[in-house]
Amino acid sequence: MARVELQAVRKSFGTVDVIHGIDLDLASGEFVVFVGPSGCGKSTLLRMIAGLEDISGGELRIGGEKMNDVLPAKRGCAMVFQSYALYPHMTVRENMAFGLEQARLSKREIEERVTQSARMLQIDHLMDRKPKALSGGQRQRVAIGRAISRQPRVFLFDEPLSNLDAALRVDTRIEIAALHHRLHDTTMIYVTHDQVEAMTLADRIVVLNAGKVEQVGTPMDLYERPASRFVASFIGSPRMNLIEGATAEAMGAACVGIRPEHLHVAQDGPWAGKVVMAEALGSDTFLHVETAEAGRVVVRIPPGETPTPGTALHLAPDAARLHRFGADGAPLA
Amino acid sequence: MARLKTYGFYLLVAVIVLQAVFPFYYAILTSLETGQAIFDINYLPAALDWSNYRSMLSSGVFGRQFLNSAVTASAVVVLSLVLATTAAYALARIRFRGRGLLLLTILSVSMFPQIAVLAGLFELIRAFGLFNSLWALVFSYMIFTLPFTVWVLTTFMRKLPVEIEEAAIMDGASALTIIWRVFLPLMWPAMVTTGLLAFIHAWNEFLFALTFLSTDTQRTVPVAIAMISGRSEFEIPWGNIMAASVVVTLPLVVLVLIFQRKIVSGLTAGAVKG
Ligand SMILES: Nc1ncnc2c1ncn2[C@@H]1O[C@H](COP(=O)(O)OP(=O)(O)OP(=O)(O)O)[C@@H](O)[C@H]1O
Ligand SMILES: [Mg+2]
Repeated sequence: MARVELQAVRKSFGTVDVIHGIDLDLASGEFVVFVGPSGCGKSTLLRMIAGLEDISGGELRIGGEKMNDVLPAKRGCAMVFQSYALYPHMTVRENMAFGLEQARLSKREIEERVTQSARMLQIDHLMDRKPKALSGGQRQRVAIGRAISRQPRVFLFDEPLSNLDAALRVDTRIEIAALHHRLHDTTMIYVTHDQVEAMTLADRIVVLNAGKVEQVGTPMDLYERPASRFVASFIGSPRMNLIEGATAEAMGAACVGIRPEHLHVAQDGPWAGKVVMAEALGSDTFLHVETAEAGRVVVRIPPGETPTPGTALHLAPDAARLHRFGADGAPLA
Repeated sequence: MARLKTYGFYLLVAVIVLQAVFPFYYAILTSLETGQAIFDINYLPAALDWSNYRSMLSSGVFGRQFLNSAVTASAVVVLSLVLATTAAYALARIRFRGRGLLLLTILSVSMFPQIAVLAGLFELIRAFGLFNSLWALVFSYMIFTLPFTVWVLTTFMRKLPVEIEEAAIMDGASALTIIWRVFLPLMWPAMVTTGLLAFIHAWNEFLFALTFLSTDTQRTVPVAIAMISGRSEFEIPWGNIMAASVVVTLPLVVLVLIFQRKIVSGLTAGAVKG
């Protein structure tokens, strides 16, 4: 039950401004993902909400209360760190109980909560091990379990999966989604670099760029209606093709964007080119095509026969799916 | 070839062990002999005569001197560790101007030869009214133990991930709880190692103890041993001296044996991710 509101929130380290006035309103129980290029201030913003960094300006409210100067532990947030940050000298059980002991809960209640969250994450058989005797995935679960057992109003994740291998990442991602479903009252804020994590987990995505919010919206919103050239190129994998020069000007824009799945191989297509490289992924094939009109573009074609490099072909963009941007990067109607 | 290597290795080990252990072994042998037997060269125990130990322990002040050493060395260790842990926390975790310079200065203090600071230190100790008090030793020993302890603990603390501390903050732990329940258990090996080295330094120190203390009952053991005299000025009582030396070394050996495992992990702890 906690709405998280940021109003003109700023952060400077000494004379360096890192966050330049951010306004956000996150609903209670919402799963919000922060994405953005490295160094744009995602972690800093998350740490300001947690209380690990001071807020240089503006206001932070959680559940309607101003939190700017409230101690981290009193904000009702729990954080899962990228490096897990488990206490190496404590067993899993002690790790999970530590925060509850600090809150002076009764022994029975601590035991109950720890057991419950351990069962939820299926780590109950590991309770008496030290972190060094756990695998990376198990450590991450313990870190999440430690956060859950505090029953926070707001859950903060800073790239929690980036130290896991690909398969484990997918499993844990699905578990986090299930967790959010079960703890539907808990607001979750999740920082990631990963497109798929952002698209699949988020109720809403916040795209940050150089300390400012570029766009806030549902994953499909951002995908289909990017509010700037930056968002257009940042969301989606492989990236949207951005075409500048005469071709764009002919359409009355400084730049036009077209996603790989909205380009088709067609006999009568306007753009002629040669295949440079073909990536067959099984479910899809991506062709890298060098064209005279549009430069180098990526095209998604259905699996099947893969054209060899050097093959000449014509491409046709799906006109309804073209994104046109002005010189300032803003979309044109 | 491989066999030659192994033999060579063990030969080297034997030489090192011999050179490290032999003096002490010979001291034990000598301490068990009396009279003329001391001057006969033997490498195996020829006699088992405890009279040197008896005469030394019954001499009255030796027990007191032993206690002086123990008190001084323990005080040095406790004070050094308390001051060094807090200083290391500041030096490792808090950003301030001149931090690197300060750290270098601290280390360079320990490089002055003792004899160079002796005269100045003597004036200081007189001015503080500490002459012939054990506090004079505690004070002067810390000039040498603190830089080392601070340096090692700072390096060690820097290696501890900040996130662990932040996780504890998020868990609602107070600063004291963090130090007591998170840092100390992690720093324990490093503290044992540095504490032990500080103890050994304070226990064996000779020059300051000789200079700053003037009466028999205040003396520490190394000085006391040097001052053991025989029945006449032509006789050096080697037996008694060796017996005293053996007694004095025993606490160190015991301490090292107790903390042996911690020392090893303390010395390597920086190398592996904690
Ligand atoms: N303690 C600090 N002192 C000075 N500058 C800092 C400090 N912490 C972060 N910064 C700067 O703030 C900016 C934002 O950092 P932040 O860690 O929030 O980026 P990020 O978006 O999380 O990046 P990444 O995706 O690489 O984790 C960076 O330019 C960084 O150099
Ligand atoms: Mg980050």
